[in-house]
Amino acid sequence: MTRRISVDPISRVEGHGKITLQQNENKEITQARLHIVEFRGFEKFIQGRPYWEVPVLVQRLCGICPVSHHLAAAKATDMLTGVKQLSPTAEKMRRLMHFGQVLQSHALHFFHLSSPDLLFGFDDEVRHRNIVGIIKDFPELAKQGVLLRKYGQEVIRLTSGKRIHGTGAIPGGINKTLSTDERDSLLKDIDQIIEWASTAVGLFKNIYIEHQSYHQQFAKITTNMMSLVKPDGALELYDGGLRVKQADNNLFFDHQDPLQYLDLINEHVEPWSYMKFPFLKSLGVENGWYRVGPLARVNNCDFISTSLAELERKEFMALNNGLPVQSTLAYHWTRLIELLHCAESINELLHDPDLLAGELTVKGEMQKTGIGVIEAPRGTLFHHYEINDEGLVTKANLIVSTTHNNQAMNESIRHVASQYLSGNEITEPLLNQLEVAVRAYDPCLSCATHALGKMPLEVTLLDEEGHLIDRKHKATH
Amino acid sequence: MTDKVKIATVSLAGCFGCHMSILDIDEKIIDLVELVEFDRSPLTDIKRVSYCDIGIIEGAVANGENVEILRDFRKHCKTLVAIGACALNGGIPAMRNHFSLKECLLESYADGMGLENLCIPNDPELPMLLNKVLPVQQVVEIDYVLPGCPPPADMIWKFFTALLEGREPEFSAQEIRYD
Repeated sequence: MTRRISVDPISRVEGHGKITLQQNENKEITQARLHIVEFRGFEKFIQGRPYWEVPVLVQRLCGICPVSHHLAAAKATDMLTGVKQLSPTAEKMRRLMHFGQVLQSHALHFFHLSSPDLLFGFDDEVRHRNIVGIIKDFPELAKQGVLLRKYGQEVIRLTSGKRIHGTGAIPGGINKTLSTDERDSLLKDIDQIIEWASTAVGLFKNIYIEHQSYHQQFAKITTNMMSLVKPDGALELYDGGLRVKQADNNLFFDHQDPLQYLDLINEHVEPWSYMKFPFLKSLGVENGWYRVGPLARVNNCDFISTSLAELERKEFMALNNGLPVQSTLAYHWTRLIELLHCAESINELLHDPDLLAGELTVKGEMQKTGIGVIEAPRGTLFHHYEINDEGLVTKANLIVSTTHNNQAMNESIRHVASQYLSGNEITEPLLNQLEVAVRAYDPCLSCATHALGKMPLEVTLLDEEGHLIDRKHKATH
Repeated sequence: MTDKVKIATVSLAGCFGCHMSILDIDEKIIDLVELVEFDRSPLTDIKRVSYCDIGIIEGAVANGENVEILRDFRKHCKTLVAIGACALNGGIPAMRNHFSLKECLLESYADGMGLENLCIPNDPELPMLLNKVLPVQQVVEIDYVLPGCPPPADMIWKFFTALLEGREPEFSAQEIRYD
């Protein structure tokens, strides 16, 4: 006789998902699954649309990282319009926009969504374990989080015209530069932003080190890591070659042209989730899964180009003597190192006169295939469009960041389930542990359900034949 | 605590951009939480909506679960507010209405590039998809709508303050935008 338990919806993540568990008569967990329960069908319904609409349309995959989708699609339309190299002004404006995006998304995830688990503990009272609790108990920290996010949103507004779903990037370039006033308004606060970002890294480091054995073991899985890197091996968010690093530091491949991604990556479909399971083709579906996002990027790169973030990276990499850190909760640490890197990079870019004037767009000869790859806040993001002679989309393929982490998130909840839940009565705090593991990946479930966008967390318990035994909604427990 | 105005929020088939626009009131959120208490919302761990003064709906209705949650919000919220293009008219998700649901599913899970183990996800754990994506007013009665993709934070703030002060929210023609 088996029980089914569910966590539904998963909260403090973007979008909706649920977790189901099966527990046998000895209370052992025999199955744990993360389901994405929504389907939107972007790959179909953008067919027939003109290619120049795509950067504005597909950014509506996600309101948290719209800029990443906007830019991945814009890079694909660059290729469609035969543009290989943007003007320096256009490339720098896009990079600035994207640093603003990653900064705001990372701030949102850490302060608004995940910090309650880390500061209050996973077993804190349900009604208190949220951003309102943080505002009440840690007002200064909450203010810094809110203002860090605000700063990133302002960078986005000034580079794209709107905080959410702006239109800054167009095929072959951008449609605006910064005015001196706009630049100065951002420069005015940047020292404070860098300082607060540094404080945030320090805060998490202390939490991690104080509870080191918990943080190291919790939901820990050992995986390959995939990210873009710059040609010189530096951390890179906007453009670069694909690198996969294995747990022993071996580079499985390096500086691979992302345009060849279909030779490297396939996606496996499972009937129980709308989110597909990408894997490295040469390793096959069983062994070819990997992780992406801040943990993968910081583990993969040889260095970070900005000085404060590089110091933090070195300290971080010492955790596992230079080998990739595999702790799932270390995602938070690396997310904050990137937050700092973004703040420092924004400061560098704001001193560049190319942002104030220069060529906005360049033109080339139309092509039929356009592929744009970028490092979104949550990991490597692929947009691929085919168009016909009239410039209308005939085929599209989107592999979003959260999708790459699908298998890893499932493995992580299985680990938590066997580590903490197996053999026990299921309680709300235990269920929250499953969510803490999912939250570490900062899943963007709207993005992941482009195939439609949403995922609540519910834990259900089934018997060995799959019959429903129990369904637990976290909040009602 | 109990005399605070209780607000619940949910995102149905949408992108979360409207919730982000709520957070774009920035530091005013620190003032807001003095006046309101959040019930079910993606920002809290409360999974089921209880009786609330205001319910905020982002997103369109695309599956059976969306219908259920929307009806539950209508039942529990004195004032129900639909925010953003998807809730108002289906928005981008309703673009799939130009195709059959089957065509959309086949494209994602069978005819797409670089796929293996081709199958249409159909597990009982997955909610039934609706053949057509619907605006929320086609499912329940809505008291207010705020248009925009997303509605700007200033509009959301002005709307909240009016409701909290017991005034009827009013917007000039210039403040109402659909982009």
